[in-house]
Amino acid sequence: MVKPFRRSARAETPQPESAPAPAVSIAPIPIPDHDPLIGYLLGAGGPVDIDKIEKIELDSPAVRELRQAGVHLVVPLISQGELIGTLNLGKRLSDQPYSGDDRKLLRGLAAQVAPAIRLAQLVQQQEAEAKERERIEQELRVAALIQQTLLPKELPALAGWEIDAYYRPARAVGGDFYDFIPMTNGRLGLVIGDVTDKGVPAALVMATTRSTLRAAAQRSDDPGAILAEANDVLVDEIPPAMFVTCLFGVLEPATGALTFANAGHNLPYVRTADGVIELRATGMPLGLMPKMVYDVKTAVLEPEASMLLTSDGIVEAHGPDGSMFGFGRLMGLVGSTSNATALTTSILAELDRFCGDDHEQEDDVTMVTVRRTPSAAVSAQGFDVGFDVIERFTLPSEEGNERQVMERVGSTAARLGLGADRLERLKTAVSEAAMNAIEHGNGFDPALPVEVTVLRGGDRLVVRLEDHGTGPETRDAEVPDLDAKLAGEQSPRGWGLFLIEQMVDGLRHYAAEGKHVIELEMSMEGAS
Amino acid sequence: MPGTAFDVRVDEIDGVVTLRMTGDVNRGAQEPLERAYSGTTGGSVVLDFSDVDYINSTGIAVIVGILAMARAAGREVRAFGLTDHYRQIFQITRIADFMAIYDDENTAVAAG
Repeated sequence: MVKPFRRSARAETPQPESAPAPAVSIAPIPIPDHDPLIGYLLGAGGPVDIDKIEKIELDSPAVRELRQAGVHLVVPLISQGELIGTLNLGKRLSDQPYSGDDRKLLRGLAAQVAPAIRLAQLVQQQEAEAKERERIEQELRVAALIQQTLLPKELPALAGWEIDAYYRPARAVGGDFYDFIPMTNGRLGLVIGDVTDKGVPAALVMATTRSTLRAAAQRSDDPGAILAEANDVLVDEIPPAMFVTCLFGVLEPATGALTFANAGHNLPYVRTADGVIELRATGMPLGLMPKMVYDVKTAVLEPEASMLLTSDGIVEAHGPDGSMFGFGRLMGLVGSTSNATALTTSILAELDRFCGDDHEQEDDVTMVTVRRTPSAAVSAQGFDVGFDVIERFTLPSEEGNERQVMERVGSTAARLGLGADRLERLKTAVSEAAMNAIEHGNGFDPALPVEVTVLRGGDRLVVRLEDHGTGPETRDAEVPDLDAKLAGEQSPRGWGLFLIEQMVDGLRHYAAEGKHVIELEMSMEGAS
Repeated sequence: MPGTAFDVRVDEIDGVVTLRMTGDVNRGAQEPLERAYSGTTGGSVVLDFSDVDYINSTGIAVIVGILAMARAAGREVRAFGLTDHYRQIFQITRIADFMAIYDDENTAVAAG
């Protein structure tokens, strides 16, 4: 590196009897970083004659150059102990040596100029850095936007299952993704993956992978075939240095059967009654080589089993001492927590504790948890173990019929002894659910009936409504924003599902045999 | 049992506008209620729910629409005559934060 700033100077002496002599210009002379002249000038602190420097025989190429260029006096520009440049002066036009006054003037000038130049250098440097930061931030915003747009907005609601997902991007936005894909016969595709690289390139590959997997899942329900097809597409589509690890599982909600294949992704953990097991299946990451084959394995998630899908952002997170979070610790957490949401929360808490307070997250943290709930008593196929059908009726999908469903279910629930306050709540929920079925499920088609079943098992009352909509419908747990509605920024509508959720003790929806089913559950609480 | 058709009557006593509703507050209430509201001027508006025994989510949207209009015009909205159930729903939906609910007409009118 060379000192960036050099300046030539001219010296002149007024000559009263003749016109001013033309200025003599000296080209900038860089002083290399290691040149001993720098140390010497810093020590001198003020103007120095080149003759004097030569006498002490510094081994300095810069001094030789200065001499050759005709420099007689070197004035160091020093700011905060650093030499930021020199003023190089040739000989005086009068051929007289520089006087004490000249030197004093030059010393004063250097003292004033040096900080100003330093400041200008810093401003320039900061402007360049700010521009670069802005460019990087902009890129990160784009990457985060792509990712947020493509990750599922809602969690699938499956009867008898708790599903939770969590995604926290690293600042640089890694390429993690997850997806839930509705498949034939009410099955659910579970996807988690990780693209090598970060930022916009990773986000774009993630987008391609997601749509490729979704397309493949329309043609096949074999996870191995789906990954193989996606691999062959991605080999041609993504840059050679990039690849995607991905796990694809197909869950059959009614039986808990899981078929899965793995393209080099972290293994899922399943908490069973006998401890935590890993679900192993081998396969190469997607996008590396064409014509890959993926092992297909099966497992059954029994009632109360829970499964965790993650990416490497958790196990590879570092603590302040440089140690890694590791698989063992993660497995331990899976073993000690049963509830799906609680598992996500406890892993995050442990991860944050492990990494320390002010750590910057290195990679995306992504988790999908799937738990089969113990109460599998109510099923869509009519095997309502432990439940008695109290009433069953159908009504055509005509506007206003929700009122009839409400009154009829209401009088049944009243007869069963549901308390007045809870009865009103159930009626409101039933009316809203029936209206959804008539309007959204069956599109006001009078030929399509809404089927209503009232079941009772112990102190649980279940009202099941079936329509011909395509499911599984995803749960809309968002609270309507009243402020936005009052300000006219949002439609005043959109209260239906929110009301239902607030009114009943339990709510499930799922698809079964080509129908969309919603079940509202109310505890009888001491009724006879 | 079919629903009861919605109707609304405007009462103005001593400068207080009261919209007296009967029947079901649902989709069918939107047009008549908005028309009745728009025909009134002045300060506070009192909504009388005494003869309403059914409000659904679309009806809630209608009330929110009236509240939005009143808010834009700087008019206060009060309500009375709600059953405990619908009072609770107005609390859950936070509508009660923007529309004070009173036990009866006298307190609702006097509150102005």
